[in-house]
Amino acid sequence: MSNNTEMPAEAVKSTHRLKMARLGCYIVLAILCFLCLFFFYMLIMNSSRSNFQIQGGFSFIFGHSFLINFRDLINDGSIPVVSGIINSLIVSAMSALLAVYFSSLTAFAIYAYDFRLKKFAFSLILLIMVMPTQVSALGFVQQMRAIGLGDSLIPLFLPAIASPVVIFFMKQYMDSTLPIDIIEAARIDGCNEFRTFNTIVMPIMKPAVAVQAIFSFVGAWNNFFVPALLLDSANKKTLPILVMQLRSADYLKFDMGKIYMFIMIAIIPIVIVYLLLSKYIVGGVTLGSVKG
Amino acid sequence: MKTPNAVPQAKKKRISYAKWGYIFLLPFTIVFIFFQLVPLVSTIYYSFFKYYRSGLQIIGPIFNGFTNYVDLFKSDMFRYFGNTILLWVIGFIPQILISLLLAAWFTNSRLNLHGLRFFKTVIYLPNLIMASAFAMLFFALFSDIGPVNGSLMNLGITHSQIRFLATVGGVRGLIAFMNFLMWFGNTTILLMAAILGIDPSLYEAAEIDGASSNQMFWSITIPLIKPIMAFVLITSLIGGLQMYDVPQVLTNGTGAPDNTSMTVLMFLNNNMYSKNFGTAGAISTVLFIICAILCLIIYRSMTKTDSMEEKAHKRRHA
Repeated sequence: MSNNTEMPAEAVKSTHRLKMARLGCYIVLAILCFLCLFFFYMLIMNSSRSNFQIQGGFSFIFGHSFLINFRDLINDGSIPVVSGIINSLIVSAMSALLAVYFSSLTAFAIYAYDFRLKKFAFSLILLIMVMPTQVSALGFVQQMRAIGLGDSLIPLFLPAIASPVVIFFMKQYMDSTLPIDIIEAARIDGCNEFRTFNTIVMPIMKPAVAVQAIFSFVGAWNNFFVPALLLDSANKKTLPILVMQLRSADYLKFDMGKIYMFIMIAIIPIVIVYLLLSKYIVGGVTLGSVKG
Repeated sequence: MKTPNAVPQAKKKRISYAKWGYIFLLPFTIVFIFFQLVPLVSTIYYSFFKYYRSGLQIIGPIFNGFTNYVDLFKSDMFRYFGNTILLWVIGFIPQILISLLLAAWFTNSRLNLHGLRFFKTVIYLPNLIMASAFAMLFFALFSDIGPVNGSLMNLGITHSQIRFLATVGGVRGLIAFMNFLMWFGNTTILLMAAILGIDPSLYEAAEIDGASSNQMFWSITIPLIKPIMAFVLITSLIGGLQMYDVPQVLTNGTGAPDNTSMTVLMFLNNNMYSKNFGTAGAISTVLFIICAILCLIIYRSMTKTDSMEEKAHKRRHA
């Protein structure tokens, strides 16, 4: 500001232009943020309003029916909401746990040891990293039914042990932060390899574990295609399947307040966790997807 | 701080440590083979068999060569592939354009925008949302009696309900819009990282030569982030081929109106649901081949640019 008076006219003009450009950027960003937040805001508002109020159009004010909608939804016998939440939590938590622990272990095998298949193993992991699991869904579902796990939550989280993307991320993280000397020092101290991994390597991996645990949790929480093919009984179903069930029911007969409440239960827990941990998550996006 | 004689000892031992590499790889290997490799092989295997349900009876499996593929290519499969690609394209074009623009702004030191962390946090948010629930939300908001129509009528913008979900453009537009909203934040963050990885001395040199922000963007930024853009394009394409949750929930699995929003995975799901295992196997195999080619391209680009990106990585952490 104080420099302004000493600036030549040309420079003043260019700072003015810069200010206008900056204003333009902020306007575009504001519009995009509005788009990103508007629907979730409406979701929360509508979950607090009665069926009649909702049909009347948007309202930016929180309604009075929040608790009524919640109670109606929980007591609705046709949608097993409570068991849906519990099932989703089990599958997501187990997926996250298995994915981060075993992916760290796999990455550590490739990072710390020299063995003949090391290169092959890592190439394979890179190669299948973005292969969609849906391409083998048919064989997967048939096989699970054949071994009696057709209507079970186990096939939804056990495969998380082999998560190529998480392994890749962990390997990248080890490359940049895990000194091999530490492992050798532990060996000299007489620590066996498995204990070294659990007591020395895992604590160092904590930041990477946190980020990947969140991504794995969210991925499993939102997973729809395979669980929908696998789970039959009502009390085994996870939230995305129940969403679809609501959609295929005759929605006109439904109390829309209840539907918004249900969508909110499916979405908002993730939003809250995200907002609390966004610093790590946003930082983790690039590490997980591209090298560097 | 090691004693000199500890070094050869450790070296000698390292050879025997190899077995631990195999031991630690074991859980991954077993799970990968059992839950991914065997199902993939059996999926491809089923595609060569007559294997479907007729009434309450399961017919087959009886080997019938490529008949499933011949039938598949005669079916509407190409149309569904076309739908899938079209839905992906109309979501991806705005996504990459907006993401490039935002990434350029966020990394422009002359603009020096504030609140970057806030913006990044907000635009990434939709990526984590359950796609099926998000689609259900859009369905509820945009249905004939939904609040969008309610508000439009209250404001006098329209006098009769707009049937968003009964028109081809409405459904496709909503699907593409949702995909855009869910992915542009992710792409922005990836492109930003790519731009920040560019050697700053290039910009300094250009600035001394009197280059404008625009010139620098087109002649330095764009050429140097091409590899990442290719990565974004191909991963997004693979994601696009898997498009399922949003159209499935939005159209109740019908691909309405008139199958114009029926994607490949919805087609696969319908066949699996009605126990057309032979056809489902053939669809899966076609999809697998396409994805395998795309995976190979990504693999090649990742191993090729290895040393280059490693350098960029070190610089960023220096």
